[in-house]
Amino acid sequence: MIPSKFDYVKPASVADAITALQQGGDDAKILAGGQSLIPVLRLRLAAPSVIIDLGGIAELRGIREDGDHIVIGAMTPYHDIIRDDLVKQHVALLAQATATVADNQVRHRGTLGGSLAHADPAGDLGAVALALEAELVIAGASGSRTVTAKDFFVDYFTTALGEGEILTEIRFPKYTGWGSHYEKFNRTAQAWSMCAVAVAVKVDGGTISEARVGLTNMGTTPIRAAGVEAALVGQSASADAIRAAAEHATEGTAAPSDADAAADYREHLAKVLTGRAVLAAAG
Amino acid sequence: MAQVRVTVDGVNYADDVEPRTLLVHYLREQLGKTGTLVGCDTSNCGACTVHLNGQSVKSCSVLAVQADGAEVTTIEGVARDGKLHPVQEAFNEFHALQCGYCTPGMIMQAIDLLGDNPDPDEHEVREGIEGNLCRCTGYQNIVRAVQGAAQAMKPGATADRGAPAPVAGGGN
Repeated sequence: MIPSKFDYVKPASVADAITALQQGGDDAKILAGGQSLIPVLRLRLAAPSVIIDLGGIAELRGIREDGDHIVIGAMTPYHDIIRDDLVKQHVALLAQATATVADNQVRHRGTLGGSLAHADPAGDLGAVALALEAELVIAGASGSRTVTAKDFFVDYFTTALGEGEILTEIRFPKYTGWGSHYEKFNRTAQAWSMCAVAVAVKVDGGTISEARVGLTNMGTTPIRAAGVEAALVGQSASADAIRAAAEHATEGTAAPSDADAAADYREHLAKVLTGRAVLAAAG
Repeated sequence: MAQVRVTVDGVNYADDVEPRTLLVHYLREQLGKTGTLVGCDTSNCGACTVHLNGQSVKSCSVLAVQADGAEVTTIEGVARDGKLHPVQEAFNEFHALQCGYCTPGMIMQAIDLLGDNPDPDEHEVREGIEGNLCRCTGYQNIVRAVQGAAQAMKPGATADRGAPAPVAGGGN
């Protein structure tokens, strides 16, 4: 279908975008890479009065090092993140998970900030941001504020972004030297994750000293598998110990039942995939 | 209405478009570039794949106004001087099409893939064209054609075909 009519503005700065957002009122919608929004517009699941395209704001693109963080502009496309040397070295989990999103064409256009702000619980990068304790920088008329990934994801397609606010950058602590793995389960090419597990572990002399585990599509938001993390720390990186820890993967989850999978099947997947992901990360 | 200035297959255009106009509809209906097809309404099929500033995109998932100032290459722009692009040649040679509906998008994505990875193995080809669906399920020969094109595009591989036609931005 053809989208409903809307007005289009393409601001050249974050300040101009915030002004446009305020003027646009309730019906204004931000366009990042458009790989979720444009299909939604085409299906007429949304009919905003004005679209504010962030594609002309150079300051929102790019990846830089800032002390012990890697900072990624919200409009940085997946394609750039996957190939970036800083990301590969310090936030390898993000590079690997991003490479599993959709397909090549979508990865040329889709952006990290767009994905996180869209907050689809089946999206792959929320679990990564949550597990890696990313911070999200949000700009509004009164300045900028930083929220943790834990506080950013509020509910199904709902974030801490307020009216008139824009996600500008995502700050990842460096996980240099950690092992990591994103284990994704879906049935066909391009399909969303029925369930996926994001893992980063620090292994010292065969013992897991720190662990970060995030789950995709196991609730209305990405979920931090704190029970698995606690069970892993101090354990040897052996298959038996990891499988035992993975049994905690469903704690705190509220798996959906839909056409792809029933909740109990997703719960089974979460445990199996957590085991695989931790084994791969610690290997 | 919004104005879009764009270069498509080497020709400059300036047009007024409604902001809601999808790039694929602008290409097909305003510019007559009907070589680029629409196969689905869900961004899955990849039949509408074109290159935007040298990168493959699904032109059903880009607004025409987003292409303002950009260079677009469609399937109609990859042959040069009456010679098919080596990927087009390979699709012919390896019988990589049945109904042909996915072919323009497959070829555009294959050119993008080979720009990124000039010598992909079978698995890499299958991953690389993940965003393109063949409703005839003719993937075996499509994969062979992409690998055949990779061989043909190696420097010095074919004396009589000349250099592969460049695409906008030179791939990735």
